[in-house]
Amino acid sequence: MKNLSLALGLLLWLALPARAQDAFTAALPGLAGGFGDIAASVEQLGALGDPRGLPVLRALQAGQLQKTADGRLLLPGNTDAATGQPADGAGAEAVRLNNRVRQALRGALGRLQLVSPDAAERGAAAEAIFRSRSAEDVPILQAAIAREPDAGVKARMVLALAAAQLVAPNEEAKRDAIARLGAAGTVEARALLIEARAANPSLVTAIDVSIASIERSLSIRRAAETLFQGLSLGSVLLLAALGLAVTFGVMGVINMAHGEFVMLGAYATFVVQEACRGIPWLAPWSLPLSVPAAFLVAAAAGAVLERGLIRHLYGRPLETLLMTFGVGMILQQGVRTIFGAQNREVTSPAWMQGTLMLPGGIAVTQNRLWIIVFGIAVLLLVIAAIRFTRFGLEMRAVVQNRRIAATMGIRTGRVDALTFAFGSGIAGMAGVALSQIDNVSPNLGTGYIIDSFMVVVFGGVGSLAGTLVGALTLGVVNKVLEPYAGAVLAKVFVLVAIMLFIQRRPRGLFALKGRAAES
Amino acid sequence: MTLRLVLVGAVLVLAMLPALNRLPADSALHVSDFIVSVTGKWITYAILALAIDLAWGYAGILSLGHGAFFALGGYAIGMHLMRLIGPRGVYGHPVLPDFMVFLGYQELPWYWLGFDHFPFAILMAVVVPGLLAGVVGYLAFRSRITGVYLSIITQALTYALMLAFFRNDMGFGGNNGFTDFKELLGMPLNTPTARSALFYASLLLLLGALWLCSWVARSKLGRVLVAIRDAESRVRFLGYDVTQHKLFVFVLSAMIAGLAGALYVPQVGIINPGEFSPGNSIEAVIWVAVGGRGTLVGALLGAFSVNALKTWLTTVAPDLWLFALGGLFVAVTLFLPRGLIGLFSKAQK
Amino acid sequence: MTPTSPTLTRRAALGGLGAALAMPALRPAFGQGAPIKVGVLHSLSGTMAISETALRDTVLMMVDWVNAKGGVMGRKVEAVVVDPASNWPLFAEKARELLQVHKVDVTFGCWTSVSRKSVLPVFEELNGMLFYPVQYEGEEESKNIFYTGAAPNQQAIPAVEYLMSKDGGEAKRIALLGTDYVYPRTTNRILRGFLKSKGIGDADIMEEYTPFGHSDWQGIVARVKRFASEGKKTAIVSTINGDANVPFYRELGNQGIKAEDIPCVAFSVGEEELAGIDTKPLVGHLAAWNYFMSIKGAPNEEFLKLWQGYIKNPKRVTNDPMEATYTGFRMWTQAVEKAKSTKVDDVRAAMIGQKLMAPCGYEEEMLPNHHLSKPVLIGEVQADGQFNIVWKTPNAVKAENWSPFIPENANRRR
Repeated sequence: MKNLSLALGLLLWLALPARAQDAFTAALPGLAGGFGDIAASVEQLGALGDPRGLPVLRALQAGQLQKTADGRLLLPGNTDAATGQPADGAGAEAVRLNNRVRQALRGALGRLQLVSPDAAERGAAAEAIFRSRSAEDVPILQAAIAREPDAGVKARMVLALAAAQLVAPNEEAKRDAIARLGAAGTVEARALLIEARAANPSLVTAIDVSIASIERSLSIRRAAETLFQGLSLGSVLLLAALGLAVTFGVMGVINMAHGEFVMLGAYATFVVQEACRGIPWLAPWSLPLSVPAAFLVAAAAGAVLERGLIRHLYGRPLETLLMTFGVGMILQQGVRTIFGAQNREVTSPAWMQGTLMLPGGIAVTQNRLWIIVFGIAVLLLVIAAIRFTRFGLEMRAVVQNRRIAATMGIRTGRVDALTFAFGSGIAGMAGVALSQIDNVSPNLGTGYIIDSFMVVVFGGVGSLAGTLVGALTLGVVNKVLEPYAGAVLAKVFVLVAIMLFIQRRPRGLFALKGRAAES
Repeated sequence: MTLRLVLVGAVLVLAMLPALNRLPADSALHVSDFIVSVTGKWITYAILALAIDLAWGYAGILSLGHGAFFALGGYAIGMHLMRLIGPRGVYGHPVLPDFMVFLGYQELPWYWLGFDHFPFAILMAVVVPGLLAGVVGYLAFRSRITGVYLSIITQALTYALMLAFFRNDMGFGGNNGFTDFKELLGMPLNTPTARSALFYASLLLLLGALWLCSWVARSKLGRVLVAIRDAESRVRFLGYDVTQHKLFVFVLSAMIAGLAGALYVPQVGIINPGEFSPGNSIEAVIWVAVGGRGTLVGALLGAFSVNALKTWLTTVAPDLWLFALGGLFVAVTLFLPRGLIGLFSKAQK
Repeated sequence: MTPTSPTLTRRAALGGLGAALAMPALRPAFGQGAPIKVGVLHSLSGTMAISETALRDTVLMMVDWVNAKGGVMGRKVEAVVVDPASNWPLFAEKARELLQVHKVDVTFGCWTSVSRKSVLPVFEELNGMLFYPVQYEGEEESKNIFYTGAAPNQQAIPAVEYLMSKDGGEAKRIALLGTDYVYPRTTNRILRGFLKSKGIGDADIMEEYTPFGHSDWQGIVARVKRFASEGKKTAIVSTINGDANVPFYRELGNQGIKAEDIPCVAFSVGEEELAGIDTKPLVGHLAAWNYFMSIKGAPNEEFLKLWQGYIKNPKRVTNDPMEATYTGFRMWTQAVEKAKSTKVDDVRAAMIGQKLMAPCGYEEEMLPNHHLSKPVLIGEVQADGQFNIVWKTPNAVKAENWSPFIPENANRRR
């Protein structure tokens, strides 16, 4: 029956407007009922194929469909959904959704949008049907495939058709579908096949062949994704450790407040975002803008710390360690007093949300990808600053031989302050990245401080290349171990491994030659 | 000389506290249970500080992982206390502690065997930290890892232990650790008698540790240690085995810390992986720095004064105490490189 | 910190200055008798400050509220605030200090189970009274503690039942993700027992634990995705604690896990936690609590007005543990009035059977097992960080702190 009305609805709604109209208006009132009623009428609207259903369903999806006390439904702008006439919207409240309704909506919208003029929408529709699939979708999809001009969209439709055919009665079509899903090689296709396996005892062999082929391509993909996850974790460690590589690696200052500088950077991101919120054209740029802001804030704090306190303790690294621990406590509580103990919300811009499909079906999350890019950019920036600027030259001179540098006219005190501020500023930039994946809270920095020290020591104090290799190695090893050992043990193993490694090579991976590393 | 008098006086005052606690509550000299229990806790902290000072102040080994030895000692005695609960647990199991019954253990893991005997538990409270310190110290000192590198490694050590002990699968009660102890050596724990007994035991250990440490410091060994602290390579060239000297003092220090932890746990009534947190170890080092390192007495002074300040401030200024404490750490390292004890000796001159 | 709620101890800190000046003018006249002291034992620094400071503020707000009404039994109520700094042994020390030095009549405090376990012996030894406002794993009952948060049967089980219902998406496979500590472990154990009774076997349950503050969820979320691709409708049950939630939800959003495909129901994520996340990608994921800020009705409006007025911020959110604190405090004042005494034994007797029309819109009652009867509500995350209630129990449910799904409870000592 449903099948029949659907076919009629789709093919004949132009010829039989009166019949469709009746069914359309008959399906509407359910939307004002309970979740079960709403889901049922959404399904009906989807099956009808009446184009007037589209604005109703879209409004429902956006949470903009209103219902009045007497059960009428209003579209945005207070038009009556049934009649299309303006209506009185007083006392109306939004129709609420739950996941069951959302599921029904996705399928219904998918069917209606298959005829959309916009290719992206048709593609999304195919995707939606792939998920919601039912036997009734087969003829609709076949019709859509026949008229689809865009090859990419067509491929998605074919896959959706396969999914629908898998639940339709035609045995021959099912065999085709199984082969096509097997060739698609995605996790989703595998899920459908496993589901179909129990229902189709006669096709088990064909299904198993397809599943096996998917497994093969998945295992390669999984390895690639693990590698990506490791690189991503490594890039976070790299960012957190780079500042330390400068302050500890180059200057030999143990700054236990390093994590708090990272935290300051994250809060700077939050402040910039709030400042930009009121200015519409600026708001999307708040994250790029907060990079220099975070650098400046943390660098200023670093400069104050160095000039005010640390310079009195040069040559006494252990005392510096203890003092900066106190500074860290003060910074943490200061931020807690100003911003409150609660997490602050830093939103991700649209281009950092969602997943990106690399060739070969490797899924990588956008924000992680950007953080890897950002980590590399910051590393290049640090290398450039040290290699090619006058400040970098003076810094290297002071590190190599302070007295001779001073006799050459370099103001060593100023260079110390700048170097420390530079390292702190980098920590601040790390805070911008961390605000995208972690809590922006006063405790943000404490979770990274030990890992950062381990990266620097493992990589070799004073060597930026060592920091890079160290961070990435730790990230990847951690992620490779994680599925076998669990997240905690993986981390414990890595820590123990580093401790043992340092016993073998106290200077780390990339030991710096020359006098600079002598403590 | 004055310092010694002050010290003797302080010990006498401490020794009187549990007695004053027994006075009627309306007496002017009455001391509340709270004061006794909190002072008992500080004494164990002071022993930990002493252990750190022995390694740091004399041999120049700044361990940021001494909290781990303290916590391991605490876990050893905690395991004993858990075994003593016996069938009084919630689930009434004759042998297994509640958390094990709950996680579905069928029998006691092998590493829990023997902990029902008090001497064994105390032995473990000393041996386990000592062994760990021995292994870590041997590897580190042999490779001539010194200074901040050693600090970072020991910090990673305690951090790794913390993560490991947080795991429920380790069989040490996970995040909750051990609580709800009932008795020790036949004394119910939540009584004034038990509190006084633990208090005096801690005080005795403190005096014993102080005597031992100052004996080590004054011996020839101690002088070699100071020499190592000041010029390690030179001592090595003079033919001394630096590794062995450092290892000895590091292990001794860890053992003292373990014993301190063993006395700490029955007094506070809980041991959990939070004790391994790197922040705790750094704080303990800061007590020593505040008091004045390399003097032993300074470590005691620092442990008592910082903890008293913390107890007081967390009540009178719950929102601001971190500023005060952080400020104190900064001020002491900047202006009092010899710690509070430096004030005394200056006055003496 | 407001000038209207100075504590004795604060006054000492301020040299008595501000308080002495402000007091006479602002206070209603109180009758005879020393002030009643209320201890506040919530972490204001360290890892738990993020959650617990709001509860400290709630208690201070209630102290103001009751004093504005003329106090309890005509006596003024005074708060004594201490900071146990997320340090469990310090919790025990501070509990003893509150009871012995400040001689508080009642204490409101603790968030984590371990902090409660740490203070429990102290409260039992000194016969104090603690109100514990957070949902927890059960398996405990002390005569000195009143538990105003949910027991597992008032949160976890109804939520999973919902996931398995038609409205919830008929989940047949469950991924149990949690932070590795006693609450998730216990809750998941109870859920496993419950799922088994519903015919879901071990092969269809995935259980994974992470450390506190875990921030890298890439691998685990990817594994859940794989687990969900085995041909059965899958749902996530999250007992992830506090700080780890923000990175978890970000990863969920970024890996494109939609609520329609794999709904995630959480037991420790409320309005406060969502305040730190952009919730647009998370719309449709669920939380089970006994209170949501979005509840309609006079009791909640009164609560919201009180809170936002006290904190002087019309945007500050409320959450379940705050409501539990509020409910506990009001029940305590009722019990003191009824007992005409602040003695712990008298108040304890008077507490049992206390009823209150709570902000959740249901009448809650203190049961003889020291737990409350509470409604169970399931809310969906909205784009604005609030919850839309999609399911609720018709009545308040009685707490079962000893779960029937844990076989060992049969030989429990009573």
